[in-house]
Order: sequence, then structure tokens, then C-alpha cells
Amino acid sequence: MAVAVQEQTTGKLVRISGPMIEADEMLGVGMGEIVRVGKLGLMGEVIRIDGDKVYAQVFESTEGMFLGEPVVATGAPLCVELGPGLLGATFDGIQRPLEDLRQSSGDFIGRGITAVALDREKKWPFAPRVTPGQAVLGGDILGVTQETRVIEHRILVPPRMTGVIAWVAPEGEYTVTDVIARLEDGTELRMMHRSPVKQGRPFAKKLLLDTPFLTGQRVLDCLFPIAMGGSAIVPGGFGTGKTVVEQSISKFCNAQVIVYVGCGERGNEMTEVLSEFPHLEDPNTGESLMSRTILVVNTSNMPVAARDASVYTGMTLAEYYRDQGYDCALMADSTSRWAEALREISSRLEEMPGEEGYPTYLSARIAEFYERTGRVVCCGVLADSETPRIGSLTAVGAVSPPGGDYSEPVTQTSQRVSGAVWALDAALAYRRHYPSVNWNRSYSLYFDALKPWFEQHGPANWITLRQEAMTLLQRDAEMQEVVQLVGPDALQDAERLVLEIARMLREMFLQQNAFSKSDMFCGLEKMGGLLDILLNFHEACRETLKREVPLSRVLDLPIREEISRLRDMSNEEFPAKKADVQERMKQALAGLQAH
Amino acid sequence: MTESSGEQMLHKEYWDLTYVSGPLVFLQNARRFPTGAILNIHLENGESRQGQVLEATTTHAVVQVLQGTVGIDVKGTSVSLRDDAARVACSPDVIGRRFNGVGQPIDGLPPVVPEKELEISGSAINPVSRAQPNDFIETGVSAIDGFNTLVRGQKLPIFLGSGLPGNELANLIVQNAGTTRAEEQFVIVFGAMGITAREAQYFLRAFDEGGQGGRVVAFLNQADDPAIERLFTPRCALTVAEYLAFEKDYQVLVILTDMTNYCEALRQVSSAREEIPGRRGYPGYMYTDLSTIYERAGRIRGKQGSVTQIPMLTMPDDDITHPIPDLTGYITEGQIVLGRGLHRQGIFPPVDILPCLSRLMNNGIGKDKTEEFHREWANQLYAAYAQGTNVRKLMAIVGEDALTELDRKYLAFANAFEREMTGQGFSRRALSQTFEIGWKLLGMLPKEELTRINKKTIDSYYTPIMEDGLHSPFMDEVPSAM
Repeated sequence: MAVAVQEQTTGKLVRISGPMIEADEMLGVGMGEIVRVGKLGLMGEVIRIDGDKVYAQVFESTEGMFLGEPVVATGAPLCVELGPGLLGATFDGIQRPLEDLRQSSGDFIGRGITAVALDREKKWPFAPRVTPGQAVLGGDILGVTQETRVIEHRILVPPRMTGVIAWVAPEGEYTVTDVIARLEDGTELRMMHRSPVKQGRPFAKKLLLDTPFLTGQRVLDCLFPIAMGGSAIVPGGFGTGKTVVEQSISKFCNAQVIVYVGCGERGNEMTEVLSEFPHLEDPNTGESLMSRTILVVNTSNMPVAARDASVYTGMTLAEYYRDQGYDCALMADSTSRWAEALREISSRLEEMPGEEGYPTYLSARIAEFYERTGRVVCCGVLADSETPRIGSLTAVGAVSPPGGDYSEPVTQTSQRVSGAVWALDAALAYRRHYPSVNWNRSYSLYFDALKPWFEQHGPANWITLRQEAMTLLQRDAEMQEVVQLVGPDALQDAERLVLEIARMLREMFLQQNAFSKSDMFCGLEKMGGLLDILLNFHEACRETLKREVPLSRVLDLPIREEISRLRDMSNEEFPAKKADVQERMKQALAGLQAH
Repeated sequence: MTESSGEQMLHKEYWDLTYVSGPLVFLQNARRFPTGAILNIHLENGESRQGQVLEATTTHAVVQVLQGTVGIDVKGTSVSLRDDAARVACSPDVIGRRFNGVGQPIDGLPPVVPEKELEISGSAINPVSRAQPNDFIETGVSAIDGFNTLVRGQKLPIFLGSGLPGNELANLIVQNAGTTRAEEQFVIVFGAMGITAREAQYFLRAFDEGGQGGRVVAFLNQADDPAIERLFTPRCALTVAEYLAFEKDYQVLVILTDMTNYCEALRQVSSAREEIPGRRGYPGYMYTDLSTIYERAGRIRGKQGSVTQIPMLTMPDDDITHPIPDLTGYITEGQIVLGRGLHRQGIFPPVDILPCLSRLMNNGIGKDKTEEFHREWANQLYAAYAQGTNVRKLMAIVGEDALTELDRKYLAFANAFEREMTGQGFSRRALSQTFEIGWKLLGMLPKEELTRINKKTIDSYYTPIMEDGLHSPFMDEVPSAM
């Protein structure tokens, strides 16, 4: 890159306070610029400027530093490297590959280690898609390389660049730093480029959201579906299963590229992902899950400032694949830890605190973050054509409210800006009802927009079935209140039937076993089938009760258990088995006599 | 470079103090010492204390004094550098020794000759270096083995309330978890923060009686020891634990008690530094701080040893949403919660299984480890017990007569569960026996209710007991105390 060599601004440390430092003699350094701190050259980001003094948050531990050590400006904001080789990799919050860190500093992460994100040696087969003389815009595809068996990596002209191709490399193998094209003004383009993380990558325009982001989780896809390009939050106290939900979604959702950000969470959880994902199949392509996944990991005991970086790093990586025309999903577990990092830095800056000590700009940051999602027309010359390239970015953020109290600022703010809330409930988790999504507190604002899609592509009568299920749950909730007052014996048989069917709905439909092979992923067809047979059963039982058959005899039918067990059928076996059970159910109920 | 400048400064004394408040002193020239350095503080009367540099600015350095600031004045007190960071002596010889909260021997024996002096702040294990914890540890406690299985490399805290027998439960676990395979070496690292002499003695005696005494490394900071030292105690203990596990191949079990006292010391320093308080006055960074303790558990690829952590904490007023248990639960891999109601009924160990969890359970159980049905079995018992306790609440409102027949079965089940499964008494119970009792309990419920268990499993293990289901299958063995 043609950057004039300037003398680097070098200042001196004048204050060290945990993850925050102050340095003076730094005139000319910009907000958000990366500085190298101390003799170890730790990375820091400028977060306040006061005359020639700058305040910076440091992405590594500052222990052992002396005042007076040098602080060097780098002239650039925090950036990530974008190019082939991202998929399947595991990075820390500032995009250092963890495997490289392991090789240079051993099993424990040392300090002051630099490592580049993309392998400089590896050669990628490159096939050009432009010809000399062709005018290009930022976002246009220069050429492609097969990054993994599923994902064709499209090498893009960096954002906001325009020019005419003077030369393009012939088909062949190149490293990420080899020049693969030159513009007429002399600009050299490589397979890799850098992008600042705190600024969203540009797109031509946002589109309406009308396709569902399917997760394979019944309670989510059926009751609270979100759209491709939408966002959802998963709030839940500890032990409610946020991480299992996030992991299940990243395993089974219908996005093509997944970026999983472990922000301030457990180290062993990442080990779990790293040891499981390579062996699991993507239900949509049959390939190893790892070949569509990028992990960004900043565990709770890693430096707190890097948590802030990690969510932005993850978001930018996901945007990059969106710009190539893929459906991407960002999983952030947990956004509360990120908010806490903001709070810690803010308090070191001695800013006036907002609610619960969080900085007053918390809500703005969270809103900016979720607004980087969407379904977009990608930049490039095709943007205004009939056949633009379309990509999407869906975000699912876990929220960890202290004490499980949803009134706290992070939950409240996230709730306002995300399109769906999948609220996890400790009481359900205690009963081992997983996923512990509370159907009374959760909601999705996308359902109406998705209706046409479901009507066209969903299972038969999907909209009606879903509505009936919702009604049933609502009636169940009301009746449970009555039961709490007068006891179940006071209810009529028809009412008790509702309670029983609702219980079956909870057990065979809303609950899903994330560890059972046949149940962990549920396709739409099976979802529709399960609801259908259950609601049919309800209807048939009601008819039977009208013939004055006592409820206890209806409930004693062994067919009831068989209906419940249908959920253990794999997606393939299910249709035949369902037809069989349904037939026998009709017979069994018809055979019941009043006395 | 730190070392050479350190050499020069090592014994040089500075009369730099300008300000004393709570556990903190301020030094006027902050350029002399690196952050994190350990200083010697010399009082005029000849007494020597230690302090750590927390923060450095152009005007002053903030130093927390481990042994408190009483007696320190700004005229006669001097400081000198002791070490550029807080360290603890590590050597296999620490096994069997007792130290105070900052790693100095208190057993009357000479200091350990260190093989290494390691920084107690430690570094994060690289997540890609971690090996998945999947070795089942049999603790002999049904509520843990059966329902919230502990695995090697896990961090599983015990949440207790004042007056509940948490120490006894920890002791029961220690006595059993120490059984290892022949070729393995096992050691207990015991870190005590602000516990009473009575509790300290209980543990040390229990270790001795259980024959574990020679395998214990104890770091004891008792209630009457300096509160600020508590911030160092768990880190000393874990540094030694990591050293023994990852350099000397030991299977290490770390007991940390009581984390509530640790957090209070943290709050004390935070308020002295005039930081903006978070919930209940605890600092906003308490989550991060606790994680630098709890995350120091696990296994590493290619290494034999492991660090398993059982931190214990007292929930103030039995409140699980209090910041200390709350933040702990967000970091640790599950929790064992004691219930006062069970304790009052004389049930030991009074583990309230509903809010308990072991996140790593699935890695440690199943075919070839425990039993293939373990997961379903536990899920079913959990669900049924939860249902039973719901019925119990309902009964309190509407009376027993309003219950359905099925409800009554659940009620009887919940009662029997607490008595037979949870209340095993102070003795070891083999896992096979836990399973057997579980199947007996499930026999009290009709087969159609067992929707969490695979049909095949039910066919092989389920036997309905007592047609009416209202009586406990254990009636004959144990006279009902209800």
C-alpha cells in the first residue's frame, strides 16, 4: 500500500491503571488509532484525547510496566485482515490466530506476541473474473478461490475504491500478499485487504427481510422465527442454557458462514466447539461444520479491552462474507461481557456513569452493533442491475442479566434494538426443559414479514397450526392460574384435556434434546407433522369426550405415548411413522365407549 | 531490563509516602516501580510489611498494603522494591506444607527451596491448548455423581448458606475424589480465605483423618489475618496447582473457601480507591477478577495432570442472585446448591438438586464411562422431582383433596426422592447404587409418564412398584418419618 513513510509519533507513559493507560507527547494521534504501548509493544486503542495526552485501552495485561516507557502511534485504527484462510480458523479478539500464539508462547498466552491473521505462505488457486480495461468499483469480484469445499471465496475490490483494471494475474496459485491485479492508476490489489472493525463495511442498500433464518430448533422456528438478516437476543441467567442455544444454532442454522464470538466466556466451552465442530456435519451441505465456521475467542480471563475488540472483529469478518454474497450468521456469547468491558474502561476514564455504572453511550453502541445486521445488495457495478449480488448477516446475541433480572440496562437496551427475544427461564431449566425458552416472555417481530414465505414453502397449514399451538399455550397459562387457586379436580374434562395436550406440546414439541442425534435438528416438515398430529389428537379427544367417554380412559390410551415418542424419529423416518401413528390414533379413539 | 533496574532498586529505600487511607498508601514518585511490583514497607518501629503497586500516575503510585496500614505514617515509613511481581515458590516439596495467605510457611519448617518462583497472577490458558475435560470423578455423593457429575478439569462451586454443612460435603467429596488410577498422583491444594480457626481446623483434621494429610498443600488466611492478603491466597494456591498439574503431572483438586470473603476484600480495596461501585458496592470488574481465578482449571492437550476446582461460597441471606454467587455461576461450569429446607429436615447432604447443574456432565457420562442410560435417567428424575415439588406447592394452597391421583404419585415420589436419594448420610455411595435407587423411585410413577427415557431403556430397567403408587417402595426398609 502506498503510504508515505512518516516519522512515528512516540510519547511516554504517564499513567497505568489496569487495562487503561495515558501517554503524553502524542499530538496528532487520532481517536481510535492503534498505539504500541511500552517496551513490549502491547496493542492499545486510543479512546480519549486531551491536548497532547491520549488515553488508550490496552488489549493485553499492563502489569510490570514503568511510567516513562514509550508509546508509539501506528497511524491506523484497529483493522482485521480479510482474505482466504479465515474459515476454520480460531482467532483471539484482535484476530491473532490462537494456534500461532500457542506455537510461539506455549499453552499459556504470553504478552507482546504479534502474529498475522492470514497465512502468508499458503498458496491459493486463483481464477480471475475481470479483464483488463474493465471498470471496477469497491465490492466487485476480482476473482475466486475455493476456500473450503463449500465456500467459494470471492476476492473483492476493497470498499470505496474505483478504477479501471490495467492488469490481472492469470489463473494460478498465489499467496494472499501476491499482487493479483493492478488498476490504471497504479494501485495494486492483493487477495487480502484490511478493513477497520469499528466501522460497518459499506453496502448498496438494505432489503426487506422476507426469508426465515431457520435454526432447526422447534420452539424458535415455529413460535418465534427470525428473518435472514434479522437479529435476536437470548437473555438468560446462569445455567439456563444460553451457550447450548447459541451452539445449537451455529450447528444447524441455514446460514452459509458462521462467525462464533466467545466474548468473556469459558475456555472449556471453546474447547467443546473446537473438539465437536470438525466432526459434525452441516445439515445443509453435509460438510464438516468447521469448514463454514470462524471462531473469535476472548475468554473471560483474557484481557478485558480485547472483549470490546472481539465483537467488532467478529462482526467485520461476517460482513466480509456477506459482501461476497453469502448468508452469514454472527453468534455473540455473551454481549453482557462486552458491555461490562465498556463499563470497566469507562470507569477508568472517570466518565459520569449511567444506569448501574454502565456508560451513557452503552445503548448507542449496542444499537450500532445490531444495526450492522441486515439483508443487503452488495456494493459493486452490479448493484443497480437486475441481478445484484445479495448477502445477509443475522446476529444472535446472548445476554447474561445479573441475577436473571431482565430490567437491567444491557437486556433492556438489546431488547429495544433486536427483532426477537428468546427469553430463557431458570424455572424451565431446573426442570430440565431445554431449550428453556419461555414462550410467554419471548417474541419475534419478524413473523408477519415471514408469513408469505411460510405459506409458500412451509409445511401444510403452518400458519394455522402455529396459531393453534400459541392459543393452546395461552389457554394453558390461564388455566394453570385457576388450578393454582382451586386445584385440578375442579376443572371440567374438556379443560383438563387442554392442560394435558398443552403438557404434551411442551414435552414433545417445545423441548428438544440437543444431545440426541435424531432430535438435535428438526426440519420444518417434521415440525409441521408433530404439531399436526398433536392438534389432531386434541380435536379427536374432544370429539370422544362429547360421546361422554371419561377423560381418564382417553388419557390411558397407549397411543398417547406413541405420539409423544414421534419426536425421536429422525427427519427421514418421520413421515411414514407419523402416518401410521395417526391412523392407529383414530382407530383407538373411535374404539372407546362411554361405559 | 526490569531485572537490571530491579537489582539497583532492590534494597534502596525511599521515603516517598504522601497519603494513607484504608488499605492504601500513595507514593509520590511513581516512576521507580513497575505496576504489579511487590514492595517492602518499613515502619519506623522496625516492622516490615508488603504492598503491591496497583496503579501509577505522574503524581503518585497507589499501593495496597497487605497487612493493613495501621501504624504507617508519611514521615518515618520507607519503601523498597521486593520483587517486580507477586510470586510464589513452587517445588514438589510444597506438598504436605502449610503456608499463610501469601505463601510464607507457617508450619515452623524452613522456607521451601523453590524450583521455580512463578508469578501468581498467572496467564490465560490458550483456548486451543485446552483438552476437553471428560474423566468422570466418582465423589460418592448421589446428588453429584448421578445428577451433576464432576469431571476432571472442571470448576464446580458449592453454594451454601450460613449454617449449612458445606464443609462436610466438601470433605465427603475430597475423601472419595482422591481415589485415582494406580499410575496417577493426586494432591489437594487448599486455599482458605478469611475462614475461622474452627473451620480451618475442621478441614485440616479431616484431611488427616482421611489419610490425605500428606497430600495437602494448604494456604491459610484466617479470619483474623490481614484481609488484603485474601486477594493473594487463591492465586498462590492456583499457581502451585498449575505447576503441580502441568509441570509435575499431578491430578490436583483445589478447594477454595470462602470466596465470599475474597470478594469482600476486593470490595474493600475498590472502595478505598474510590471506584464507581457496581451492584451492592462490589466493583464493576468483579466478574473479570473472579474469572482470573475460576478459569485456572482444566486440562491441557498432551499433559497428564489436571486442575479441578471446588470453590465454596456463602450466599448472603441464601440469595442466589447476590452478585457473588451470580457472577460465580456465570463463570464456573455449574454449581452445587445446598438447601436450608432439606437441612432442617435432617437430610444430609442437603443438596437442592433443582438449581444445581454440571455443564460438563455429558462429557463424563454415558456408555463406557458410567451407564448408557445415565443422561435420560437423570433427566427423567429431574423432571419428575420438579413436578413433585410443584405439586407440593400446589397442595399447600388447594389442599391434598384437590389433587389428582397422578399428582399424589408425584408428591410421594418427591418425598421419597429427598429421603432416599439425596439423604444418603455421611457415607460414600457407589454409583451403581445411586442408579438402582433411581430406578426404584421411577417405579413409583406410571410408565406413560417417563417420556424422557427411551423405550428400550424402560423395557430393560423399569419395574413398576406398588400398584396404587401412593406408597414408597422404601417403606419396608425405612420407617416413614413423615
